[in-house]
Parts: sequence; C-alpha cells; structure tokens
Amino acid sequence: MVALRTKRTNNEADEPSSPVLRFGADKPLKLDAGTLLSPFQIAYKTYGTLNDARSNAILVCHALTGDQHVASTNPVTGKPGWWEVLIGPGKIIDTSRFFVICSNVIGGCLGSTGPASTNPATGKPYGLDLPIITIRDMVRAQLMLVDHFGIEKLFSVLGGSMGGMQVLQWASSYPERVFSALPIATGARHSSQNIAFHEVGRQAVMADPDWHGGKYFEQGKRPEKGLAVARMAAHITYLSEAALHRKFGRNLQDREALTFGFDADFQIESYLRHQGMTFVDRFDANSYLYMTRAMDYFDLAADHGGRLADAFAGTRTRFCLVSFTSDWLFPTEESRSVVHALNAAGASVSFVEIETDRGHDAFLLDEPELFAAINGFIASAARARGLSA
Amino acid sequence: MRQASAHDPEKLQTFRTGIMRQAKGTIMSVNHAQRVDLEVVADLIPPQSRVLDVGSGDGLLLELLQATKQVDGRGMELSQRGVNECVARGLSVIQGDADKDLKFYPDKGFDFVVLSQTLQATRNPKLVLDELLRIGKHAIVSFPNFGHWRVRLSLFVEGRMPVTKDLPYSWYDTPNIHFCTIRDFVNLCEELGATVEKATALDANGQKIGLSMPWWFWNFFGQQAVFLLKR
Repeated sequence: MVALRTKRTNNEADEPSSPVLRFGADKPLKLDAGTLLSPFQIAYKTYGTLNDARSNAILVCHALTGDQHVASTNPVTGKPGWWEVLIGPGKIIDTSRFFVICSNVIGGCLGSTGPASTNPATGKPYGLDLPIITIRDMVRAQLMLVDHFGIEKLFSVLGGSMGGMQVLQWASSYPERVFSALPIATGARHSSQNIAFHEVGRQAVMADPDWHGGKYFEQGKRPEKGLAVARMAAHITYLSEAALHRKFGRNLQDREALTFGFDADFQIESYLRHQGMTFVDRFDANSYLYMTRAMDYFDLAADHGGRLADAFAGTRTRFCLVSFTSDWLFPTEESRSVVHALNAAGASVSFVEIETDRGHDAFLLDEPELFAAINGFIASAARARGLSA
Repeated sequence: MRQASAHDPEKLQTFRTGIMRQAKGTIMSVNHAQRVDLEVVADLIPPQSRVLDVGSGDGLLLELLQATKQVDGRGMELSQRGVNECVARGLSVIQGDADKDLKFYPDKGFDFVVLSQTLQATRNPKLVLDELLRIGKHAIVSFPNFGHWRVRLSLFVEGRMPVTKDLPYSWYDTPNIHFCTIRDFVNLCEELGATVEKATALDANGQKIGLSMPWWFWNFFGQQAVFLLKR
C-alpha cells in the first residue's frame, strides 16, 4: 500500500494528469536562492476561454497544500476542486466569462517542479537537493506561464493564505501585468507565531525515521507519521477555538465513557487523526517542508527597505483585501497593515473584514459575505476593464 | 446638483430614491433633510476628480459621484457592515476610523476629501480637519449647525439638550460628541490656516440660504452647512 501511494505521488510529480509547460535549458527559472532551476516544468489547469483581446484572464494562486485543480475533480483525491464553491460556469468567478488559470506552484508536488520531481542530473527525486523556493520564485514561474498564453495584463490575480502572498507579490513585482488583485486571509509577511507553527511541522516530518534525510523515495518509504502530525498541528491553526468548540466540544468518539487510555476518546482527536491520515495520501513530505519555508521567508516590506508602501509605489492595480474575524493565523491586523501601505501608495483599495467563527479556512468555504465582496469587486473591475457582462 | 441633473436626470432620481430609502431608516438612521447636503457636496466636485469620502456610510455619495462625475472615488467607513455593503456594490471602500487612519494617506493624494455629517462624531475634530486639509487639495466638510434657532430655543426655553428631526439622538446615546456652530467652525478653519473657498448653509427644508445673508443669519437659520476649504 505504501509502495503504491509512493509511486502514484511520484508519477503525478513528473507526469501530472493536467497540462504541463516544460522549460528547457534556454529558459531557466531564476531563484532567489541565487541559482537557476533548469529544466523545470509547470503543471496547470485552465477553465473557460481566453477572449481575443486576452483581457479576461484570472490567475488563481493556491495555498500551502493546494494545487492546480481549483475547479475540477482532483485526480489524486477524487474530490471536487478546492474552490469550486467560487469558480465555475455561472459561479461568482464565472468560467463562461473569464479564462481562469491555476498552476501548481514551483516546489509543489502535483506536477510543477518540486522535491518529488525527478532530478535530471541524478535520475532520482530531488529531495532536499532542490534549492529553497520563495514566494517570488513561484510568481516568477507563473509569469512565464502567463507569457506563454500571450497575456499582457491579467484581469485579476486572486488567492488566499499563501495564495494571497503570491497575489501581493504579483502586484508588487509586476504591477503593469495585474489589473486587479484579491488577496484573501493573508499578510505581507509571515509572523513569528506562524513561523513557529511551521517549524513544529517540519520538525515532526524530519523526526520521522522514514524521512531518511529527505531521500525516502529511494528507500521505498514515506514519513507518513511525521507529516500527519505536522498536518494535525497546522489544521488547528486553520480553525478557531469557537468553531472547534461548536463542532466537537468535549464530545466522545463512538464511546459512552472515557477509556482511561490514549485512544482517541474525543471527537476532536479522531477528527485530527483523520485529517493527518488523509493528508499524507495526497501530499509529499518534502514539498511540505519547501512550501512552509517559502511562506516563512515571505516579507514584502523587507524587500523594500522595510517600507511596505514602497512595495506598491505608483501602482494602478485595483485591490480588494478580505480578512476574517476569527482567523488567528492571518489576523485582520495583517490585512489592515497592507491596506494602510496601499493607502500610503495612493492605491485603489477595498477592504472587507468578515464576521465568522470559521477561522482561517473560512476563505475556502461557502461564505456569502465573501462571495458578495468578490462579486462586487470583480463586477466593478470588469466594468473598468471594459469587459462585457 | 444642477450640473448632474442636467447630465443625467435618471441617475439623480435613483440617487434621490436612495436617500428616501435611507429616510425610512432601513439602512441607516439618517433622514432626508440631513442628506440633502450630499447634492450640495456633489455640486462642488468637478468630473474625473480623485475623491476620498471619509465616513462614506452606505456609499450614496460615492455612487452619485461615480455615476454623474466619473470620479476616481474611494471611501473610508467606520461601520464594517457599511463597508461590506459598499464593496459588494463595487465601491472602493475600506474600514477605517477618521480619528486614527487618515494618517496613512499621502499629502495631497486626492483632489477632494469629503467629510459629510461626520465631523461632530469624531474624537478630535481639529486633528481630523487638519488631516483632511493635508490629504486633499480641497476639503469639503458638511455638518449640522448647533447654532440653529431650534437648538437655541430648546436650550433656552426648555433647558434641555435638543432632539430634533436632524439631531434625533438623546444626549446619552448620541454618536455626536463634538457639536459646533457655523461660527465655531469658521474659527477653527482660521486656526488651522484654511481658506474658505465656498460655504453654503441649508435651511430646515434643505434649501440654500442666500449668499448675501450675513454670517449671523446663517448661524441662526442654517440647519446644516457645507464648506469647501483648502490650505
């Protein structure tokens, strides 16, 4: 069973079931780590049709453990796309109107070059031989994909959490390529507390004897226990105390009384174990290390002499930021500081804070107020861009 | 409003309907007579201006300005509900507090900064006005006149804090913590080195009081005032 899963993930890494764009030695990816990644590939999905003016393209950036399958069935899990509540024909992001692109980030494990991909120099998976990937590296690769489609200016770039970081990076690095930007439940830097949680996750992975210094594929193993623990800890940060209490309270799992042991007596324990177990089926442990590191390294202000407003100097992009009251991973203050920087840069910016007890994960859920905000923002941006309804 | 109505009477009608909707208190407890100042404010703003509406409420002024003057309009509003409604309608609005958040805007970043019926609800009106004059090439401020004869009468005859059609709150639950009269406001402008480019007083029926009238007359009969300032 382990071997089967190992093989499948590995295949998806090299030969994904979605379209792939391959860049040879003539087009290396310049990395912030100071090296070039070459050859490399980007796996992506598109939905809808690019119009003749190439003005209706929306780039969706996925979060830490997301992938390119944003609005169609995921080939690994068989589950619906991770943002199908928002994106699709007739949905808020209407794919009969917009051309939606979503690519697996560099460092990911579903077809874009990442630690699970085969290193052409060795014929073995990269493992930790892959240079550290940053948010800016991910965006640089996405730009090459957007160029491939001949899209001069994206109508919109949107994403939540790590996806939101990419949105901010896009708007900062390539302002002339972004007409509107929708960073959701995110921030311009990863906080100390967030880095702390990520470090716990990474240490859990690396403490698993099956990790083998990152060369687990060669041993026919996978550090499933470590990765599951990492996911369990992280999952708590995506929820809120109120939501946990509402959903699970101190309810017992399939039993009448406490067992006076270390079994999963409580529903919340059982739930977290399930989250951990299902996660390892679909995600590569090394990729998890790279993704969390990319988020930790993100600090947009630091790239601009410590002044966040300078990251957006002269921007003409229209922004809409969204935060959630119970999100303690990216609290509203993180979004607000971006808003203040955008104000200082004279940018057009909307900012909505949505009252919910569903925590950070609210951005992935059916949140009517979130949809109303996105709908209003996209509609008015489309009018300004001259896109017909 | 003359300019706007000449260009697009339909949109003006929509705007008025919006005001009436407000009047019924379904959106906010602001009544018609109070919001007539929005038309006066809109009249002061030329097309294609960059406008920041501080205390933009449910976005009526921004919508009016975008529809009739094609302005590049932004809003700041204290109430999160108001903000979310505005954004859902496609307006560029952020949640913010006039007392705290104006400092983030650059000098002269806007052609016009509007503070409509909000000055009296700020903690530090002097600082807020100072910020408006810094951020905007022009500032437009409208406020209820506490020197109006009804207010004076209420205090003089009844000896009670006035509760009128325009100032419907009791003293203990009012958000309006810094009332001023038209004269007070003119003094504050002088203190801040602001030039009054234009001033309008509206009577109880929302009609403009004649320009030729002296200040004391405005201060007595003006129910609200709209000032265009610069520094």
